[in-house]
Amino acid sequence: MQPLSRKSQSARHDPAPSRLKYRFERLKLTPGFRFCIRVVLPFALSVGAVSLWFASDDNRLAFNQMISEVRETVESRPEFQVKLMAVDGATSIVAEDIRKILPVDFPVSSFDLDLGKMHETVVALSAVRDATVRVRQGGILQVEVVERVPKVLRRGDRGLELLDETGAFVRLANARADYAKLPVIAGDGAHDAVKEALALYAVTGPLKARLRGFERMGARRWDVVLDHGQRILLPETKAVRALERTIAMDQAIQMLGRDLTVVDLRLTQRPTIRMGEDAVQAMRSSNTIKAGGE
Amino acid sequence: MIELYESQRAMRNMRRAAMQRGVVAILDVGSSKIACLVLRFDGSDPSDENIGSLAGQSGFRVIGAATTRSRGVKFGEISSMGETERAIRTAVQAAQKMAGIRVDHVIACFSGAGPRSYGLAGTVDVMGVTVDEQDVARVLSACDVPDFGHGREVLHAQPVNFALDHRSGLSDPRGQIGNELACDMHMLTVDAQAIQNIAHCVKRCDLELAGLASSSYAAGVAALVEDEQELGAACIDMGGGSTGVSIFMKKHMIFSDAVRMGGDHVTSDISMGLQVPTATAERIKTFYGGVVATGMDDREMIEKGGETGDWEHDRRTVSRAELIGIMRPRVEEILEEVRACLDAAGFDHLPSQQIVLTGGASQIPGLDGLASRILGHQVRLGRPLRVHGLPQAATGPGFAGAVGLSLFAAHPQDEWWDFEIPVDKYPARSFKRAVQWFRDNW
Repeated sequence: MQPLSRKSQSARHDPAPSRLKYRFERLKLTPGFRFCIRVVLPFALSVGAVSLWFASDDNRLAFNQMISEVRETVESRPEFQVKLMAVDGATSIVAEDIRKILPVDFPVSSFDLDLGKMHETVVALSAVRDATVRVRQGGILQVEVVERVPKVLRRGDRGLELLDETGAFVRLANARADYAKLPVIAGDGAHDAVKEALALYAVTGPLKARLRGFERMGARRWDVVLDHGQRILLPETKAVRALERTIAMDQAIQMLGRDLTVVDLRLTQRPTIRMGEDAVQAMRSSNTIKAGGE
Repeated sequence: MIELYESQRAMRNMRRAAMQRGVVAILDVGSSKIACLVLRFDGSDPSDENIGSLAGQSGFRVIGAATTRSRGVKFGEISSMGETERAIRTAVQAAQKMAGIRVDHVIACFSGAGPRSYGLAGTVDVMGVTVDEQDVARVLSACDVPDFGHGREVLHAQPVNFALDHRSGLSDPRGQIGNELACDMHMLTVDAQAIQNIAHCVKRCDLELAGLASSSYAAGVAALVEDEQELGAACIDMGGGSTGVSIFMKKHMIFSDAVRMGGDHVTSDISMGLQVPTATAERIKTFYGGVVATGMDDREMIEKGGETGDWEHDRRTVSRAELIGIMRPRVEEILEEVRACLDAAGFDHLPSQQIVLTGGASQIPGLDGLASRILGHQVRLGRPLRVHGLPQAATGPGFAGAVGLSLFAAHPQDEWWDFEIPVDKYPARSFKRAVQWFRDNW
């Protein structure tokens, strides 16, 4: 019989693990437990620690402040500084306008510039057809502008307006004389048919000296207004052709040099003229003479 | 018989579950060492082919191996439960650590517990035209079981031969046409208490027992080569506390016995004869031991050592011839006992009388010469088969039992309880019985 008390036993040489240790070793070798120890536990610990730290308001505040400070230092580095604005492709008036509506006080960090919005602002200018806004190397805010070119003058409620070939408003004109080369249009919906007006203007060659302008009638057709109160009423379609015809007639028989008030070409097959008051009187009297009346 | 069926079938199911999981531990509970191997089954089933690349022993791999000095095991039986449990714990934990995975199922083998072999025979008339599973089941249950005594348990019951109408030597009679089916079965019984003890120890270690085998059978599986198993051979597993004898024929074990003597007795003889402690005696035995003395051995002096502080006592020497003179009678005695076992089994009448010595104690130099003088001429020293992943330290003959048990775990031989239960042994109102009734009447 071996001694029952554990101490006196010669268990010193026995390398056997205790039951508890044996069970723990087996637990350590269990795949699920190993996964827990190696993945789940570190994950839970780190998440728990971080959320515990963030649970305090001061820590959160300090963290946010730290973030913004770092952001600040990066953004204020000289590499990201924008020092001046360059406006290309614009006349001085438009460039002035652009500088006025882009309120940037240099130097500014390129992170603070909202290029998309600036682009919208610049394009919203009536004198600007297209624009690109970008930050160029060397800290320059580059604004490249394609301006609208005024092609016609419109006499409207606001006075003389300059329109480009699409009918878009460019700016107000001070005086007609400043833009002597440009045709004048007027009437309802005149700006919608600028292209047609320009085509008409192109063929008015011999009449140019007498031309006053084009008037849009009823927002559907053009009238050519000449001096001495003469008008040429053009049809809705093929107006250019009708005008050419008129000019041809004028050159053939000096029609417009006579006492006419209106040349009506609205019906193409039947050009009509309205004579002036004196001419009517004269024709009546000559007719009477012819008829041998009186 | 039914409760034996139940427990063995439960173990077999456990083994299947362990194979499913892929990891099972092998535990060889010996008197001098306890070995634990951890096997991983890789799922490939080599039974599809006849002979695989490694003769049917692929399919598993040893991923952990550990041995520990055995405590509390004497003569291959557990004598002190607590110590044995701790020893098993040590071995299992080390093997698990090496494998890096936890094992829950363990297949154990032990050598002692007084194994006794019985040859059983049964005859039955075939019910249909051809032999079917039910006929096999009936002929197995028709075997007349001898009265093996109270307190003993069947460890192995393997049908080794079927005969159908004077045609003997059938390994699988199913599907063959005949009238009378006969069966020979080999049954091995051991002390029930030994089984219970080992089951209890394993359970105390939080492990599930998924199988039990006799270690002499396992050693035979590992140490005999295929033709030896086929033609007839005896495997002598010389362990520490007992020496197992198993006779194989036609790839079946047909006899098994154990001699309750082994290498530990040689050590204790040396210890007594030379007046040295057991540890020193073991060391002297393994370094200088032998069984055949020559003239040179008279001059070779061995220091016995000692730590008493007495100079004369600590400087004693002994000649190697004296050592051999102590060892040889004990080894002769063991081999003579083995010879008696073989004679009792009728080993002389086998066509081939190959004898294979294995086990830790078979490493005594000159043992094969001595054994051939006592047992017969065809004696060789056997080492276990090579299996995948077995460490070099565990390839010696002392690991024949563990390696054989691994092979047994991978390819268990069909035992009685693996066959179908005969219909009339089923409890009444069984569904199978109804099916059988339909099959008979329609």
